Amino acid sequence: MVKLVATSPAAGLVPLRHGSVMLSEVEATHITSVAPLDGKAKSVSAALKKAIGAEFPDPNRMTGKDGARVVWTGPGQAMVLGPEVALKGAALTDQSDAWTWLVLEGTDAAAVLARLTPVDLRDSVFEVGHAARTLLFHMTATLIRTGAERWEILVFRSMAKTAVHDLEEAMRSVAAQAGR
Amino acid sequence: MQVTCPQCGPRDSREFTYRGHALLCDRPAPEAGGAAWDEYLHNRENPAGWTEELWYHGPCATWLVAERNTETHAFRATRTAAERGK
Amino acid sequence: MRVEGKGLIDRSQTISFRFDGKTYRGHPGDTLASALLAADVRLMARSFKYHRPRGALTAGSEEPNALVSIGRGAVQTPNTRATVQEIYDGLEAHSQNAWPSLKWDAMQVNDLVSPFLSAGFYYKTFMWPRSFWEKLYEPLIRRAAGLGALSGQSDTDRYDRAYAHCDVLVIGAGPAGLMAALAAGRAGADVILATEEARAGGRLLAEIEDVDGRPGPDWVADVMVELDSMANVQVMLRTTVTGAYDGGTYGALERVSHHVAAAGDAPLETFWHIVAKQAVLAAGALERPIAFRDNDRPGIMTAGAVRAYLNRWGVAPGRRVTVFTNNDDAHRTARDMVAAGVTVAGVIDTRAEAPGSDDYPVFTEGAVIGTMGRLGLSDVKVRHEGGERTIASDCLAVSGGWNPSVHLTCHMNGRPVWREDIAAFVPAEGAVPGLIPCGAANGVFLTAACLADGVRAAETVLEALGVKPKKLSLPTASEASSNMEPVWHVPGKGRAWLDFQNDVTVKDITLAAKENFRSVEHMKRYTTQGMATDQGKSSNMGALAILADVTGRAIPETGTTTFRPPFVPVSLSALGAGARGAGFAPQRFTTSHRDSVDRRAVMVEAGLWYRPSYFPKGGEAAWRTSCDREVGYVRKAVGVCDVSTLGKIDIQGPDAAAFLDFVYANTFSTLKVGRVRYGLMLREDGHVMDDGTTARMAEDHFLMTTTTAAAGEVMQHLDFVHQCLRPELNVRFISTTEQWAQFAVAGPKSRDLLNRLLDKPIDGESWPFMSCGSVSVAGVPGRLFRISFSGEHAYEVAVPARFGASLWEHLVTAAEASGGGPYGMEALNVLRIEKGFITHAEIHGRVTAFDIGMGRMVSPKKDCIGNTASRRPGLIDEARERLVGLKPVEPENGLTAGAHLFGPGAMLTPANDQGYLTSVCWSPTLKTHLALGFLKYGPDRTGEKIRVKDHVRDVDVICEVCDPVFFDPEGGRVRG
Repeated sequence: MVKLVATSPAAGLVPLRHGSVMLSEVEATHITSVAPLDGKAKSVSAALKKAIGAEFPDPNRMTGKDGARVVWTGPGQAMVLGPEVALKGAALTDQSDAWTWLVLEGTDAAAVLARLTPVDLRDSVFEVGHAARTLLFHMTATLIRTGAERWEILVFRSMAKTAVHDLEEAMRSVAAQAGR
Repeated sequence: MQVTCPQCGPRDSREFTYRGHALLCDRPAPEAGGAAWDEYLHNRENPAGWTEELWYHGPCATWLVAERNTETHAFRATRTAAERGK
Repeated sequence: MRVEGKGLIDRSQTISFRFDGKTYRGHPGDTLASALLAADVRLMARSFKYHRPRGALTAGSEEPNALVSIGRGAVQTPNTRATVQEIYDGLEAHSQNAWPSLKWDAMQVNDLVSPFLSAGFYYKTFMWPRSFWEKLYEPLIRRAAGLGALSGQSDTDRYDRAYAHCDVLVIGAGPAGLMAALAAGRAGADVILATEEARAGGRLLAEIEDVDGRPGPDWVADVMVELDSMANVQVMLRTTVTGAYDGGTYGALERVSHHVAAAGDAPLETFWHIVAKQAVLAAGALERPIAFRDNDRPGIMTAGAVRAYLNRWGVAPGRRVTVFTNNDDAHRTARDMVAAGVTVAGVIDTRAEAPGSDDYPVFTEGAVIGTMGRLGLSDVKVRHEGGERTIASDCLAVSGGWNPSVHLTCHMNGRPVWREDIAAFVPAEGAVPGLIPCGAANGVFLTAACLADGVRAAETVLEALGVKPKKLSLPTASEASSNMEPVWHVPGKGRAWLDFQNDVTVKDITLAAKENFRSVEHMKRYTTQGMATDQGKSSNMGALAILADVTGRAIPETGTTTFRPPFVPVSLSALGAGARGAGFAPQRFTTSHRDSVDRRAVMVEAGLWYRPSYFPKGGEAAWRTSCDREVGYVRKAVGVCDVSTLGKIDIQGPDAAAFLDFVYANTFSTLKVGRVRYGLMLREDGHVMDDGTTARMAEDHFLMTTTTAAAGEVMQHLDFVHQCLRPELNVRFISTTEQWAQFAVAGPKSRDLLNRLLDKPIDGESWPFMSCGSVSVAGVPGRLFRISFSGEHAYEVAVPARFGASLWEHLVTAAEASGGGPYGMEALNVLRIEKGFITHAEIHGRVTAFDIGMGRMVSPKKDCIGNTASRRPGLIDEARERLVGLKPVEPENGLTAGAHLFGPGAMLTPANDQGYLTSVCWSPTLKTHLALGFLKYGPDRTGEKIRVKDHVRDVDVICEVCDPVFFDPEGGRVRG
């Protein structure tokens, strides 16, 4: 009997630690894109709130908590991270296997990210609970801040190796400079 | 250079793709005739000063219309292409 | 020589370094230049053109002369300014542009023939005969001229790039910059204070001057303690702001590890992109020399630099110092030297009135008219009120006044403004939006005024930010004025140097003007004035003044050349930091990648993706052998190929079908659920954009596929169509390329193979050609599409990507058990050419639906993107180059893509060009070479003979024009 074995996108690439910063992978349970159809934004948000306790987020924001988050990813589009959802009035697309989901945490995590992303990462601008669709060096990424020193990064599954490479180079550099 | 995405706020210009004048949104009707289609497809003003341009914010997949000064590179206002149509 | 009790260096520690193989010692805080001067080494370099002996002219980043190479081998960094390079234990520095040695440089013969090498000599001398340029002159010039060389090896140093954001960027940490940072910091703004120096303070470190009642450096230290304590202030040392760009973006180069022996994982340099809401330019001013005969000997320096070496580094650059000046400021050099116990042989002042001294003679209405000393200054010839004399001196401190560092304000087209009262250019107001100049950079030279101007600048930017400034008391400081009277050069015989690095003299400028290169931009290019790595920081002003003089114009009328970024040289390694090796571009790997590599597949790049080209088996020496075998798998048994790289777009909503009808040339609203249709996508100008299959999974749910190459472009196009053209359509779409691992299973045994893995077996009735639906693959929910890119009975099976690697291995194992196996891009290409299927080799952007024989797919019943334009007469002209198949008359004759087509008897000239080949292959199925190509009148010429000629790769073959579908034209096999 044939059995298919699952492999995570960053298997064998992480965890990594350099200096104060740690890079690890979140093994995705479910990631679902939610795009409310015309006129359904409110009802979909309410249904989300009822189903998983988190409403449809504003641009560049996320709602919910660890294990059940909704992250804004574009106009009229968000990703539900964690629970499986079934909603009426929205285009739902399974993206559970599409993303390399990384966590970067530590005192110098923001300094590492500042070597790769052009977005403003200052505490006063990119607060905990904020999200951004932006660049991670050469690739498009979803960046969410889940703690003062904790960032989650989602990039294309196929780009896992490069993402880890680019992050590790930055981690090494920052760690070496922090040691001076 | 910073471009303001109507969804995401000011962002580095490397997140954006430039597409040309915003009149690309004003697609003629199929029966509008050859002259109208030539204007739409091929003919563009080349203003020194303020102009209205189409940009694409790749990370969030938003098409936006920006008022930009070709002499100073200054941006005056940006809105989504959908808003322009209204 | 070192002067006891002077300087801000740490004398408790000694550092050992080498210059040209000889060991020297210095102290923490020393630059290479200060440590060499402390060891009485004045000769540090040879000039670019004439190989003249040169020493340090300045003590900062504007240095034109003292360029050295640091390190050896792969990590060698050429053209490093000795005045900027900090010393560390084990530093290895080498002089450049000299052979066999700095003291005996063979190329100094250039200096003897200098009368022939005047301005414009390249243009005059090396023009004729023409062929000599490439073969003789250029190699000669390249060998003779030049600065440091690259090692020729791959640079192993690391470089970084980084982004920073702030409310206020303060550029420069002298008195004005420090006050600006303090005022902005205390008001609560996010401040970045960037200084190119290793420590803050600017000129306060180089002068004997009290601020707030204590020595300047002490006041600086106090300010730095406060700034360091503020969480909202970030101080960036060794960071030169190199350019001002649009929208408050600044480029800055941080020299992270140039001052340490071993960088470890740290970069050598970091290039910063700083986005600042507001900025303060407190870059100070650069002292300008006065040009006089032989003013370039080692030992001749700017007066401010001589003071800096004494007061900051505790070094007297000479034992008998003379000063040549047109202002009071330089008299400080003489006074500081005397106070430090160094002999001052005299001060030559061009003015009639000058401060007197009991310690040294002051010669008013004086001028230096010449110097002596072969490898360093020995004597100064002086003309003064009442006579001439020669003064023995090994250091001449020169000052012609100060030029505000306006450079950054010119980076966005701003032109500086001439101020007659200080005889200098100052920044034009608002030259760079949001950049406020202050202090010496703004033409404010008195220390007290600089401190106040820094606060003013801070208040200006705070107001723009809407931040309320805090009250700040101004420290007391010197209000001494310099009383400068402009003098640019001393007229007379001999060569008076302006641009030291490019060896441009006063005479060169006058010659340029005489030859009518009167525009400053023309003069610059004709003489190379200001075009060296120092960008003429200490010479442009003098050259401009001389040009104004000889052309009888005022200075502002003559104009300035444009200052462009970068302010200091920036290495390409820093600009391109990170983007080499694995960091060059993202690599996209399919889930089958690892297994394919394990099977020794030769990988090929497809955009960012890596795909197997072919899977060589033991004993197969040539790729063609492997490819032919893999084609055989599909034609005779079953082949497996990873097609996950094709773009997949999930389209949902009540108007999904209407949306597809609008973006595709053909109709999709008529497609039945559970069926797949080939779709052709046009650009609005009527040409083909992309093609692919789209499956209808439900009434309001479609799955579109795109080609690998155009996946991103199509997604952006769909966004454009929806957001800009058809926002009323109630449709949503998202890429699912990454979600699914999808494999083509192709060949007569494909169904048998799949039925071993599918939980519910399929048959021809339930899954006819072009059907689709959900399936369960070994317990995993997947999708199955019966489509074919090979003309064989084939499927594409998709599972969530986490199961991709596993499914791939099962499929390949099962295929091998059936006499088949994996196939790569080469076999895929052969299979599709045999069937006449197109790829982007054919739909390359200039091709219409009509050209590829799909004109009738453009539905006349509906509007769609490209529909109207595709009907223009020029795009449906029978005479257009249209898709055909070509088969060589002799089957063994190979063909090349890119070869051109000619009538058999026609001359091989562009006028007779009939078309070109786009795809070629050897068909193991048909035992002949095949080609697809575009030919004028295309299909109308079926059966004709055509000559295929590739001039580059020497191919000349007669082919027969035929239908592009070479194999199984009836299509019986695909329905299997």
